[in-house]
Amino acid sequence: MQKTQTPAASEAVIRSRKKREVAKNLVAYSFIAPNFIGFAVFTLVPMVMAIALAFLSWDGSWKNPIEFVGLQNFTDLFQDAKFTQALFNTIAYAVITVPLTMAASLGLAILLNQKIHARNFFRTMMFFPYVASMVAVTAVWNMLFNPSMGPVNMILSGLGVENLPRWSADPNWFVCMGTVILFSIWKFMGYYMIIYLAGLQGVNPDLYEAAALDGANPWQRFWYVTMPQLRPTTFFVTVMLTIQCFKVYDIFLMITNFGPGGKTRVLVGNIYEAAFTSRNFGYASAMAMILFILVLIVTLIQFRGEKSMNE
Amino acid sequence: MKEKSGITGGKVAVYVILILLSILTIIPFAWMLSASLKLNKDVFAWPMQWIPAEPQWQNYVNIWTKIPLMKFISNTAILTVVVTLLQLLTSSFAAYAFAKLRFKGRNLLFLGYIATIAMPWQVYMVPQFLMMSGMGLNDKLLAMVCLQAFSAFGVFLMKQFYDGIPDELCEAARIDGLSEYGIWRRIMLPLSKPSLATLTIFTFVNTWNDFLGPLLYLHTESKKTLQLGLRMFIGQYSAEYGLIMAASVVALIPVLIVFLALQKYFVQGIASSGLKG
Repeated sequence: MQKTQTPAASEAVIRSRKKREVAKNLVAYSFIAPNFIGFAVFTLVPMVMAIALAFLSWDGSWKNPIEFVGLQNFTDLFQDAKFTQALFNTIAYAVITVPLTMAASLGLAILLNQKIHARNFFRTMMFFPYVASMVAVTAVWNMLFNPSMGPVNMILSGLGVENLPRWSADPNWFVCMGTVILFSIWKFMGYYMIIYLAGLQGVNPDLYEAAALDGANPWQRFWYVTMPQLRPTTFFVTVMLTIQCFKVYDIFLMITNFGPGGKTRVLVGNIYEAAFTSRNFGYASAMAMILFILVLIVTLIQFRGEKSMNE
Repeated sequence: MKEKSGITGGKVAVYVILILLSILTIIPFAWMLSASLKLNKDVFAWPMQWIPAEPQWQNYVNIWTKIPLMKFISNTAILTVVVTLLQLLTSSFAAYAFAKLRFKGRNLLFLGYIATIAMPWQVYMVPQFLMMSGMGLNDKLLAMVCLQAFSAFGVFLMKQFYDGIPDELCEAARIDGLSEYGIWRRIMLPLSKPSLATLTIFTFVNTWNDFLGPLLYLHTESKKTLQLGLRMFIGQYSAEYGLIMAASVVALIPVLIVFLALQKYFVQGIASSGLKG
């Protein structure tokens, strides 16, 4: 501001500036409001409610009382065999699916990062399962793996395999879980392949040349040049995949139906059942908080990792 | 450079592996198509016939009368179009402010989006359902719109793109007397076609394929979406293999078309979200 102005004039300037500032803010808010109001009402508010609901007991009817039960829901959880089983299955599913899917998608990405004919065609094929409707592809998967008539078991019996697996209905936990995991790898790998392909674009080609000059074989080049350069991508893929596995519901519903005999329950399946079958909303929300904590742990590890990579 | 024979040998191996993997990936779809043209008794016939001797085109006629497939498709189509339009409009609108305007509370509001972007919907679906039921939205398609139209992902994706557009462009437009709305409409929207395409295909595919959301909210048969309807069909007629596969093919076709037409943007979108982390 110029020194020659009288106090009254400068006050007027400040006032008009403030007015302009307010107007500017209002314009900005008008841009944000349509999305933010929807987002706040339908996402932020329910998130806060989820935390509160975990400490309450309520059947969802406004006529009935809402009771504050403290940590009761949580202590009940760990005495509920169905819950501990679901928690174990969810984590086991993630622990097995994540590395296998990563290996498959990284392998595909490396193959499809080379200069070959019909590269885009192959990429499109590999990617398509990811966008295909879950209901439709699980329907065909169940037919292919039908224990008594499906072509997979026909081929196996043709190869002389005795004691054919009953796949999604097999009494052996490893077999029914394995059926779901196999499906998940097939469904997800195309998506993570794309992320790895993007990561591979960032690998400095000079490094390969230098490694080749030093006499590194392809395997050494992969292990000592590609892998370290892909670290941020690998990290990102791990986090995304783990969260995707933690929230799994429809794959299990449609392939094993959480069976046989409830052997393949998963967290979200139990949340759904507690809320919409038993109408025990507080208990369902307490389970949702466990899911929240699992995701939070993964996200925090991501933050730490990103920090250490940037240092 | 290496010897030529090594390179060609390696290349051949790459092709062989790729072709085998593609076949494995695509077999379920081929089988679906083949079974959709068969009689139930022939679906599991072994050794199997990839191309049925007498294709049962009738399957594709019968599915429309067995279940209200047309109703399911029109529900899903309306829902998908409305959600996608709202998502594009509100996300790009909000993203413009976050990327190009300075205002009070900007960082705090954006933090609200960032903090929740990784949080699965399954964590808060129960209280959300209670809230929406309280609002009288249970068993209404409108509930699905509210659920899917305002995502943190959309705002984040569009903001990332707008961040890459130079501020000088907006500054020059302001000097020329364009309002902020004018800048958004005449400069930002035309420039952001690629990221709008990315957001379109993501929203389209997600909304079209969503299962758990409609499962929670839509109960009346006439309000069900295609995925729910297909699932209901499988439950009711579990032995009608040919019809189930025909209905599955019908459910896949719209996504296949959109995917093939816009896949470039799909790949770009995934790649950029992956690189940023």
